Amino acid sequence: MTMTLVRRPGLARVRTKRAPLYVISAGFVGLVVLVALLAPWIAPHDPNAVELGNALAPPSGDHLLGVDSAGRDTLSRIVEGARTSLLGPLGVVVFSTVLGAAVGVAAGWRGGWLDSVLSRGSELALAFPGLLLAILFVAVYGEGLMAPVVALAIAYFPYVSRLTRSLVLAERERPYVAAYQVQGHSDLQICVRHVVPNIAPVVLAQSTVNFGYALIDLAGLSFLGLGVPALTPDWGRMVFDGKSAIQSGYPLSAIVPCVVIVLTVVAFNVVGERWADKVAGRNR
Amino acid sequence: MNLLRFAVRRLLEMAVTLLGASFVVFGAMYLAPGNPASFLLAGRSASPAALAAIEKQYHLDDPFLEQYLRWLGNVLHGDFGRSLEYRTDVSDLLSSRLPTTLLLVGMALVLVVLLGLALGWLAAVRGGAVDSTVLVGTTFAVGTPAFVAAILLQGFFAVELGWFPSSGSGSGHGIGQMMWHLTLPSLALALYLVGLLARVTRSAMLEALEGEHVVVARSRGVPERHVVRRHVFRNALGAVLTTAGLIVSTLMVCTVLVETAFSVGGIGQLLELAATTKDFPTVQAICLIIIGLFMTVNLVVDLLLPLVDPRITLGTRSSS
Repeated sequence: MTMTLVRRPGLARVRTKRAPLYVISAGFVGLVVLVALLAPWIAPHDPNAVELGNALAPPSGDHLLGVDSAGRDTLSRIVEGARTSLLGPLGVVVFSTVLGAAVGVAAGWRGGWLDSVLSRGSELALAFPGLLLAILFVAVYGEGLMAPVVALAIAYFPYVSRLTRSLVLAERERPYVAAYQVQGHSDLQICVRHVVPNIAPVVLAQSTVNFGYALIDLAGLSFLGLGVPALTPDWGRMVFDGKSAIQSGYPLSAIVPCVVIVLTVVAFNVVGERWADKVAGRNR
Repeated sequence: MNLLRFAVRRLLEMAVTLLGASFVVFGAMYLAPGNPASFLLAGRSASPAALAAIEKQYHLDDPFLEQYLRWLGNVLHGDFGRSLEYRTDVSDLLSSRLPTTLLLVGMALVLVVLLGLALGWLAAVRGGAVDSTVLVGTTFAVGTPAFVAAILLQGFFAVELGWFPSSGSGSGHGIGQMMWHLTLPSLALALYLVGLLARVTRSAMLEALEGEHVVVARSRGVPERHVVRRHVFRNALGAVLTTAGLIVSTLMVCTVLVETAFSVGGIGQLLELAATTKDFPTVQAICLIIIGLFMTVNLVVDLLLPLVDPRITLGTRSSS
């Protein structure tokens, strides 16, 4: 049986075997998740506490990464922002995986007209680039995290459903399925108890790869001022808040979240690709 | 299957998907909480006269399907309705801003193609340290969102060093001035895709390098640069071409971020402003244009592929 991960081209043959890069990335992912979980306890200051007299102050003992233009501590906002910045992509990945897996299993198992209808549907969703659909949804529903998360989940589900469908098609031909059918197990039972657990690792690897893309898209949306509400600490939003300070020569409050975003995305990509390689048994 | 029949079938498929996309873009208005008239006015003065004007312009009293068909008919004639924010025709707004965006996207596309192909080529042919450098570099390039690249380039080259203007498009001062203003934006726009294309090129060329025809060509004494150019790169071109649709659509979408960061004033920034001010007709028009462009490029690639790589028969392109 051949298994291929559906993914954006270019990342398909990334060699992530280099152990040092992988170890560092995995460590960084662990660190970011830990910071997000413990945020309220480790943030040195209240992320929304405003000290206008101290605005744009350079790094000091009290404010390790400086202060932004509204006088808020940058480090505390980074720490607290890890929560929103990771929760959004997590929502996208969970929704798109559930939706994509359901559609993929139904299309692959049933085949026939249901397959053509569902495949057409995925093709239509593929025509909308994620960020564009998210902007359309925000224009309809207004700002907030829910609308963009749902939009991105819809934009990303075809990547999951196509993969699931091809896996189910291959799985259906295997002898154990016929054996269960002969024993009188219902289709639903075979799907849920046997087929889905068998294909789950590959599907989950695909979803891990999607996490980094979701983070990029959601941060971009916040940068446009369209994602999370204004006062919520969020990395993309911090870049948005800091961009006017850059023009006047105080780049630090925008550069710090930029660096954090890049490192996080790279770390998740490296870990995701490595995991995908392992699970799918690919060599390159 | 001959080329003409294939082209007609793909064209029909594209028309069906575009129809579906336009239905989504139009119907989204009806998913909004509240009735469409108050949604369209969103925060603007809701005087009875304005409400009546909106209802008349959108024919909101008609059945839904009739509204959709009328809207679709207008769109096909290039009439996207009136902007609620700027109080002019959306098509006028677009036509005055489109040249800037096209120049920006075009400059970025040139950068992507030149740098992406060159880096991928170098990495595949040289190997060793060059390969590792390119791999690490592209790992970071594909992990850098366009807006982050824009902010960093702006902070360093425009504000810190003052080499380039930090915002604006320089339109009205000739093409040279515009390109000067758009240098940093196009770099920011290109960065992610340079990484992507370099990787696609690299892996496609590595695969072609392993081919038996390469061994044969070398054993016959064909100079190495001819082997690489005619037998490796040529073979890799098909795989590279399949990313064209993705590249163009990513450029068009990410231009929203870059134009906003640099206040370039093209249709990307217009989309951001329209989404913020809930100017829905403008949002609809730009969404449709981007989707249409993406699908057109995909169609052209599907038709070109068999010409570039005769091993690919029509319609058997693997889904990307």
